[in-house]
Amino acid sequence: MTPRRRRLYWVLGILAGVGLAAALALRAFQQNVMEYYDPTHIAAGEIAQGKRFTLGGMVEQGSLKRTPGSLEVNFVVTDFRHSIPVHYDKVLPDLFREGAGMVAHGRLDAQGTFIADEVLAKHDEKYMPPEVARSLAAGKQDAGKEGAH
Amino acid sequence: MIVELGHYALILALLLAAAQAFFGLAGPALARERWFGAAPSAAAGQFVFLILATTVLVHAFIEDDFSVRYVAENSNSALPLFYRIAALWGAHEGSLLLWIDVLSVWTIAVVARLRFLPPAFGARVLGVLGIISFGFLAFTLFTSDPFVRLTPPVPDGNDLNPVLQDFALAIHPPILYTGYVGFAVSFAFACAAMIEGRRDQLWARWMRPWTVIAWAFLAWGIALGSWWAYYELGWGGFWFWDPVENASFMPWLVGTALIHSLAVTDKRGLFKSWTLLLAVAAFSLSLLGTFLVRSGVLVSVHSFAADPRRGIFILAFLIIMIGGALTLYAWRAPRMVSQAGFELVSREAFLLFNNLLLVIAATVVFGGTMAPLIAGTLHLGTLSVGPPYFNPSFLVPVLPLLALLSLGIHARWRRGGLRESRQRLLVSFAFAAVLALALVFGVYAHPLPLTPIGAVLGIWIILSSLIDPLDRLRRGIRVPAAMLGMAIAHIGLGMFVLGITFVQSNTLERDIALKPGGSVTLAGYNFRFDGVQNIEGPNYEGLRGTVTVTSDGKPVTVLHPEKRRFWVQGSVQTTAAIADGLHRDLLASLGDDVGAGAYSLRFQYRPLIRFVWLGAFIMAIGGVTVVIGRRQRGPGWAAAAQHTTVVSEPGSA
Repeated sequence: MTPRRRRLYWVLGILAGVGLAAALALRAFQQNVMEYYDPTHIAAGEIAQGKRFTLGGMVEQGSLKRTPGSLEVNFVVTDFRHSIPVHYDKVLPDLFREGAGMVAHGRLDAQGTFIADEVLAKHDEKYMPPEVARSLAAGKQDAGKEGAH
Repeated sequence: MIVELGHYALILALLLAAAQAFFGLAGPALARERWFGAAPSAAAGQFVFLILATTVLVHAFIEDDFSVRYVAENSNSALPLFYRIAALWGAHEGSLLLWIDVLSVWTIAVVARLRFLPPAFGARVLGVLGIISFGFLAFTLFTSDPFVRLTPPVPDGNDLNPVLQDFALAIHPPILYTGYVGFAVSFAFACAAMIEGRRDQLWARWMRPWTVIAWAFLAWGIALGSWWAYYELGWGGFWFWDPVENASFMPWLVGTALIHSLAVTDKRGLFKSWTLLLAVAAFSLSLLGTFLVRSGVLVSVHSFAADPRRGIFILAFLIIMIGGALTLYAWRAPRMVSQAGFELVSREAFLLFNNLLLVIAATVVFGGTMAPLIAGTLHLGTLSVGPPYFNPSFLVPVLPLLALLSLGIHARWRRGGLRESRQRLLVSFAFAAVLALALVFGVYAHPLPLTPIGAVLGIWIILSSLIDPLDRLRRGIRVPAAMLGMAIAHIGLGMFVLGITFVQSNTLERDIALKPGGSVTLAGYNFRFDGVQNIEGPNYEGLRGTVTVTSDGKPVTVLHPEKRRFWVQGSVQTTAAIADGLHRDLLASLGDDVGAGAYSLRFQYRPLIRFVWLGAFIMAIGGVTVVIGRRQRGPGWAAAAQHTTVVSEPGSA
């Protein structure tokens, strides 16, 4: 084998390895990236039942209901245009409260309730996830326009 | 008045950084010997003024000077003294000052060892470091000045973010930065080598110890951060693939590739241009990390700033530094050809695979970290990329990396393959397989598909790393520091792999609502909830639960998870109670009052989790061992010094 040919095999082998890794990573990426939706997207029927996604919005005042003595909670998430009921059965994060922004991962059930499997714990008091802030700003603007009519 | 002095000192430091950059680069370029000496002096002066500025700010924190905005925003008169000092780097402005301080300490270390470098080369290294320092000082003074006064002053401060009031996190930033910023030295060496267009590989020998120390500190810093997240965020996670974690992990991965390729360049004169590229990449990722964390593009607990000016400044700086270095690379790298060749089964080939796989791993992390940013910028929707992407994708390059490691450390340079070591490798692999399978199926049970693979690889790495040092000990030959350090670092990696494998496979976690007296059993441990009581700390109040843990009726430990409410910011913090052990951790976290006299609680059983941080720490010790060993008696610095005198003679004559 000439040195040139050997080098060619090296390069080809490495390219094949890198290509394979890239293909696998892209596949994992496509399957596992979660998209973010707000209640308005959901009301528009953009999401199939059973698809796992990220929901963001504000927890509506007075909507939090616990089943006493258990972890089961129900609350409503809103973007000021539409709202969606959410169900969760794990420990809520410290900064979860009514009137504050939240982000959750989960799926829609047949009744249109969002069954959360993870409500995200964020640890800054002033923290509002940027995507939630955008949803809320858009919602408030719409609400303002309707009020003007 | 004192505060204004600090501010003034910072401005003087900026001017001296400019002087350091100018004399360091212009001196050798214009062949003015006198200018060479000005660069170290400027660096020393800069160091003095930075110490002064930092002392002033620390003084303002200790004295509760709430007329300084930064102090008012991040401290409080009720804050304990230690955290008042650590509050210095608790937010954006101060942590930038820390970044610059750390760079200055590294620069002074280079100055202290300048006699081992040819004068022109040393001056250029200082010149490049001066540019970096100038950029960051300008950034601090123009966009993030920590000395800004507040008019009128407030009576008391806003307090330090409660999650930052913790020992590990107080020391995490200085250590992490020491690693992060240390790659600036590698970068400066690489730039100096490219500016000179050196055809030899001595620069690799000079760069090696700096890179290894930076790498070790980065490993230590990342492990500390992970340990902190584990016990302080209250819910038992230790790695979230959060952009901020990735920001420090990517330079570490590339830095790991760099220290391995430096070995090839130093020993065999191969991979020269690749090594230079890695040195540029490692520091570029450090800068990018700073950009990601500090610009406010990514929102997380670490992103202090939301001012777009800052983002634009860092981005411009990033483009100048990386763009400049890559231009230099494109111009000079083609000169640096290597003539030597190597066989498929040789140390060089295995190190080539090591580099490729580590770079692929870094790319995987990079892709996942940047995708949400890119999608957001191009309005392609909002994405969240989390562990479901990172975990499997990261394993694709890392599993072969781990599998090849044991073979690689026993392969000879150039050729000759594994002949003499083949038998020992087989024996160590057989031992590893038996031990691992006993552990997986005998001790822990319920394995995932990858559990046996991880266990075998982890144990094999540890055993095969021991072969050479033990062989030498048995024959009564000294174990060289380089070999010892390498063995220690790889044993650390093996422990880390074992830790990750079992904590990922066998962690048990349970969220439950319990009334006092209620209990739950996890992995043979019975957790009984005995109720809560009110507590009061120096700057918080809260609830303290009591959980009694028993195993087969015998008492194991009593856990006291807490829920703290900090007065000043009104924020609530869950403090997990952890019973640590080398073989397992038990955790209890207290949730909320869920009515009917019950509380929500989370209990966790995490096997071998200590191995994760211990492994990372031991890896770092391995790196330090190599450097300390060679400094004392090794040929590295001495040979470099000898060479230096030869090179410098014509100049000084």
